[in-house]
Amino acid sequence: MPRFPYDERDLAKFREVQQLAYHCAEQVAAWIEPGVTERQATAELRRCLVRAGVQDFFHVPFAWFGDRTAFRHFHTPLQFFAGSRVLAEGMPYVLDCAPVVDGYTADIGYGGKVGDNPVWDLLAKDLRTYRDLILREVRARKPLAEVYAAVDAQLAVHGYDNRHQVYPGRVIGHQVTRNTARGPAGVNLFGFGVRTLQTLGRELVKERLEGRSPLWAGGRASRHAPTPGLWAVEPHIGFRDVGIKFEELLVVTDEDAYWLDDDLPHVRRWDLQEATA
Amino acid sequence: MTGRSNGTHGTDAPRRRTVDSGGLALAVYEQGDPARPTVLLVHGYPDDHSVWDDVAADLAADHHVVRYDTRGSGASGVPATREDYRLELLGQDLYAVADAVSPDRPVHVVAHDWGSVQAWEAVTAPGSYRRIASYTTMSGPCLDHMGHWIRHRLRRPTPRHLAQLLRQGAHSWYIALFQLPVLAPAAWKLGLARLWPRVLRDLEAVRPRPGHPQATLARDAVHGIELYRANMRPRVRAPRERHTEVPVQLITLQRDHYVADFLSEGLERWAPRLTRRTLDATHWSALLEKGTTVAAMVREFTARDHGAVRREPSAAGELAVVTGGGSGIGRATALAFADRGTRVVVCDRDLPAAQRTAELCELSGVKAAAYRVDVSDGAAVDAFAQQVAADHGVPDVVVNNAGIGHSGTFLQTTEEEWRRVLDVNLWGVIHGCRAFGQLMVERGTGGHIVNLASAAAYLPAKQLAAYATSKSAVFMLSDCLRAELAPHRIGVSTICPGIVHTNITRTTTFSGLDEAALAAKQAKVSKLYARRGFPPEKVAAEILRAVRTRKPVVPVTFEAKAARLLGRLSPALLRKAARINAG
Repeated sequence: MPRFPYDERDLAKFREVQQLAYHCAEQVAAWIEPGVTERQATAELRRCLVRAGVQDFFHVPFAWFGDRTAFRHFHTPLQFFAGSRVLAEGMPYVLDCAPVVDGYTADIGYGGKVGDNPVWDLLAKDLRTYRDLILREVRARKPLAEVYAAVDAQLAVHGYDNRHQVYPGRVIGHQVTRNTARGPAGVNLFGFGVRTLQTLGRELVKERLEGRSPLWAGGRASRHAPTPGLWAVEPHIGFRDVGIKFEELLVVTDEDAYWLDDDLPHVRRWDLQEATA
Repeated sequence: MTGRSNGTHGTDAPRRRTVDSGGLALAVYEQGDPARPTVLLVHGYPDDHSVWDDVAADLAADHHVVRYDTRGSGASGVPATREDYRLELLGQDLYAVADAVSPDRPVHVVAHDWGSVQAWEAVTAPGSYRRIASYTTMSGPCLDHMGHWIRHRLRRPTPRHLAQLLRQGAHSWYIALFQLPVLAPAAWKLGLARLWPRVLRDLEAVRPRPGHPQATLARDAVHGIELYRANMRPRVRAPRERHTEVPVQLITLQRDHYVADFLSEGLERWAPRLTRRTLDATHWSALLEKGTTVAAMVREFTARDHGAVRREPSAAGELAVVTGGGSGIGRATALAFADRGTRVVVCDRDLPAAQRTAELCELSGVKAAAYRVDVSDGAAVDAFAQQVAADHGVPDVVVNNAGIGHSGTFLQTTEEEWRRVLDVNLWGVIHGCRAFGQLMVERGTGGHIVNLASAAAYLPAKQLAAYATSKSAVFMLSDCLRAELAPHRIGVSTICPGIVHTNITRTTTFSGLDEAALAAKQAKVSKLYARRGFPPEKVAAEILRAVRTRKPVVPVTFEAKAARLLGRLSPALLRKAARINAG
């Protein structure tokens, strides 16, 4: 196993970018209203991030509305890109963006709804279980494939669907490293930044040689203990036509693991709910 | 007949008036007290308003009944061009008549055949709920829905889907014929119109009667061909997304030669507030022979309180009981019933799991309850049935789903294991059928019992001795019970799922394995089932369909169907295959 590669200064930088990304998502969430299309939402998200000083993206910003939050009827990866779906009253939505600042990457997911949606409320409440479960399992140094299976088992108990299995590679998460590639910033291929692809490609080869994978899924390639470093973890759960996710950075040190930051919108929402309950 | 309000209304000849719709004069016929709820009847092709005579006469007792001749037929104006037969204009005609006869209250629409096609256009228009209180449709799908129906089947050409396409295609031969020039108009002019009463008598079981068909039949039929030519191709080729919030009652005519029942599969996607009814009638005998039955169905539907918001959990309405509802097929079935607006009671050995199912059901806006019951305990099931009857009423549907998996050859399986498998899988079903069947018979208004068997019920395998035995017993039990309960109008369906991705594999026991080997085996089989990837939701959909169509035996997955077919073609082959060590 490699040693944990970051110092406190690096982690502070990662935390800063993640805060920035969530801040922009919250701004767009406040701006969003019925009648807005997915493309308009991603454009707004991008403008917001660029205004905040973001030069490159790990992947282009995404927005999904309505049943697209649960990836229903997705047959090709092209369907992940923002489309012309119009937001209507009662619809859930998910924003996903991955800004890069000075090579420090954040990859976040933000779920919301407009108006009244009891299914979303229940999903949003239950999402906390997965945040706690994943941390507990990773702390126990369980192989990543087993953590994935534990999430699936919890989904079965809740009666929800695993929607992260729709992502390319069925991933629930992926490693995030300091981006040092030299390709052109701000240019993307198939939605992923050119620098991302360089870094990701290099990591895939390097880790493969060590019998590990920078992608976290349920298969053979993930049958190894969590690699020290930073993981962007994105459990995406769904029920019928409603999907919700969070995505944030998980710090896996040589001995321990913890979520990089607890001061995030969804955690604050859960805390508030518990306080009022 | 109740509530005949006024001697001058109802029995009289209809009052005739003319309504202008975009420059075209529509002949409108009114009966009954205008102060009563308005029912608007829309006729099909090649009829005119007189096809509704029986239905209208019956409904006029307590409704304001309005009929009109659609454009190009009867006494209404005839449009000049094919363009003027477009659905948009036909939909506007309906609104024009509704606005003229009931300007301040929404109307209840009832439509048949092409009338139904054009009424769908009006019902699925944005904001239609302001003018249309309810919609009863017979034998006329929305062409846009049909376009999506076809596309969905072409995109997923499973054997079942292909068969449906072929069968509906065979029913629709005349539509293709209508697209050809000269032929169809010539046929009507040269004698088909004269033969029409005989066609109706011989093919549609409609007795000839004076005044029908209308004197203008030949002319109406020729004009009406434009309906097909103007709308069929564009709508089916480029279907629009047409949703409606209006409550819809679909009356499926069981002996319809033109519209197959499966054409309405998935209609809930477009019309979520859907009620399905069936009527034993042909395309035309529904109106011309069973007019009073149709009128009764319409009366029942218009009387419902459609103003109630769907979200509000309702303590009335259908009730379904699902055993083993805490996971897998049971949970998916409970959720599917709830989604359709049926109240649900689930029981399971695992109470928190059952409660979770109930919680998810309530998201659909229905009342749901959970109980802890071990179905292998007869006294407990009896008590459960009494409890349900007291708390929620006698159920309309009971799904005996609880079951366990076990693998082991006959000699490997211990007596203890035999008992456990038979206790849950067979005795559980016996207890459920007896306790609830008794209640249903006593109530006397029919119902439905669904028993979950398995493809193993007819597919022998040496590794599944106990399991297959228990399931084939359930299969036979259901066959016997069906015969017994038929006079009570209680249907019995046997469901044979096959390889479905649920947690049954994670709890299946294997004879003669220690704990470590058992866990490994469970994981291996679970993985196989996961790879097959057949979701329990699809089984649930089949269960709902079986209840709706009263289908006696339903093999669900491909392997379940193939095994059933193979077992009929060559039982010896299955006996040989049983020797394969598949466990």
